[in-house]
Amino acid sequence: MEIRELEKLTWTVRKDIIRMITEAGSGHPGGSLSSVEIMTALYFSVMKVDPKNPKWDGRDYFILSKGHVCPTLYSVLARRGFFDPEELMTLRKLGSRLQGHPGVNKGLPGLEASTGSLGQGLSIASGVALAMKLDGKPNRVYCLMGDGELDEGNIWEAAMSSAHYRLFNLCGIVDHNGLQIDGELKNVLDIAPLLNKWKAFGWNAIEVDGHSIEEVLDAFLQAEKYKSGPTVIIAKTVKGKGVSFMENVAGWHGVAPKKDEAEKALKELEEREKAWEEKWKK
Amino acid sequence: MEKINLGKIDFENPQMASTREGFGKGLVKAGEENPNVVAFGADITSSTKVSLFRDRFPERFFSLGIAEQNLAATACGMALAGKIAFFSTYGVFASGRCWDQIRTSICYNNANVKIGGAHGGVSVGPDGATHQALEEIAVMRCIPNMRVIVPCDVHETMKATLWAAKDYGPVYIRFGREPVPVIVDENTPFEFGKIALFREGKDVSIIACGPMVYDSLKAAEILSKDGIDAAVYNLHTVKPIDEQGILEASKTGAIVTAEEHQIMGGMGSAVAEVVVRKNPVPMEFVGIYDRFGESGEPRELMREFNVTYSDIIEAVKKVLSRKK
Repeated sequence: MEIRELEKLTWTVRKDIIRMITEAGSGHPGGSLSSVEIMTALYFSVMKVDPKNPKWDGRDYFILSKGHVCPTLYSVLARRGFFDPEELMTLRKLGSRLQGHPGVNKGLPGLEASTGSLGQGLSIASGVALAMKLDGKPNRVYCLMGDGELDEGNIWEAAMSSAHYRLFNLCGIVDHNGLQIDGELKNVLDIAPLLNKWKAFGWNAIEVDGHSIEEVLDAFLQAEKYKSGPTVIIAKTVKGKGVSFMENVAGWHGVAPKKDEAEKALKELEEREKAWEEKWKK
Repeated sequence: MEKINLGKIDFENPQMASTREGFGKGLVKAGEENPNVVAFGADITSSTKVSLFRDRFPERFFSLGIAEQNLAATACGMALAGKIAFFSTYGVFASGRCWDQIRTSICYNNANVKIGGAHGGVSVGPDGATHQALEEIAVMRCIPNMRVIVPCDVHETMKATLWAAKDYGPVYIRFGREPVPVIVDENTPFEFGKIALFREGKDVSIIACGPMVYDSLKAAEILSKDGIDAAVYNLHTVKPIDEQGILEASKTGAIVTAEEHQIMGGMGSAVAEVVVRKNPVPMEFVGIYDRFGESGEPRELMREFNVTYSDIIEAVKKVLSRKK
């Protein structure tokens, strides 16, 4: 898929996120909006998937370790054809397949693992990658983590074992928006220097602008070419990206917009999308 | 319920073997039967007997060091990719250190992971409280999708391990460190989810799990000399619990449960949850009451913590005094 088409999709996904979380009355808009380009690039360009056969054994795996940003994943899965986008509006409702944090027990097509208790996704991804490597299969495994999530010791245990087993088929992505619920990472628990930490743990580490589809795609390509071990992409992002009053505000981590706020957000996204289209026409 | 015929047990000088040996041998056999079986080590691979599998199938063995959270969640990932993933470490760590990983990654995903909880009970001995697992039954049985087995001896542990490899979904198998009396043999049937009647009796039912089954049989033998006719049941599957079987056991009108585990939330509690609903009869619980373990010799500790055949005898007498 062309970069322009992928960019176009990110506007759709962002509007889905605002609508879904507003309809649900709760959820996590901040981190959902910061991870849009990453998941869009993965599902529409990078990963081998078959929406008509979600359990296809040749598929690549995506594990959403930061489970709370599942609105983005749900939107991307629906837009990719795994299920009807109309179902997106059932998010967080009783009986819905779109749980507040991903739950495979509800049978949502395309969802690989139940996650939401932070710190565990990289281990799950590492286990899948280990199984693929053991069987000599080409399937690749991707795992999206939050930067606040890196506080969890479990992540670094998984970082060690993934490097120990040289899991070149594993690619981690850190949605590095710099904010967690209590505030800035550097004040809550400083995890810097991030790139060198991963390198010291034996990973190939790449830093990119997480809102540049071009840079994100290039990083995934580099990761695929690297055969000596796992790769992590530190995607520098903006929490709440795309909605000006949400951008870089920790308070928008886990609060749903009210109706008027949602209208304002959607109006802004429409305007920005139009400006983006104008830019492309030129 | 049909009694399972056991060979003659020499209560003076029983044949002894460690249940962990049964786990290791069962794991190797499971590996021979199915190439999808994989196993993980947590730096105590020889102690948990996963070493037997490692030596036989080195390519299907993965060492993950002393990092139980990663151990549990990596096993989940392997299982989601189609493997039958076994891991084992001391029960304290296997059930406690990675409890949330077991809950969210393994059980909420209903992943095909089998956990071997080694060194259960105070009989671990001199290592003391930090290494004596006394809470695993309680913390494992309350998680949806998890099944819990506490086999009575080496042969039953092997059978439970083989069963776990064949049946889809999470399983926790508890076993111990020290050699314990051998009760069953290779041919004794092991039926998952069913309580097993090991000795018939009409006055009282003793329901036990793990090596406490032997102590229960010994207690029943001694009680018979006092004219007390005690039935002995082996409740190897603590979850899912055999409600029908427990209802049948309750027909003697009195129950004593025996386990080398905290009384709170343990096997006895699981039995009581059934008894109070189906047929309330007086119950007594032999187990450890709200204490940490400590250093000492295994048998010495069993006495200190009131988990021997003589404690079962005392509990039987107590429950019979309450029987209507």
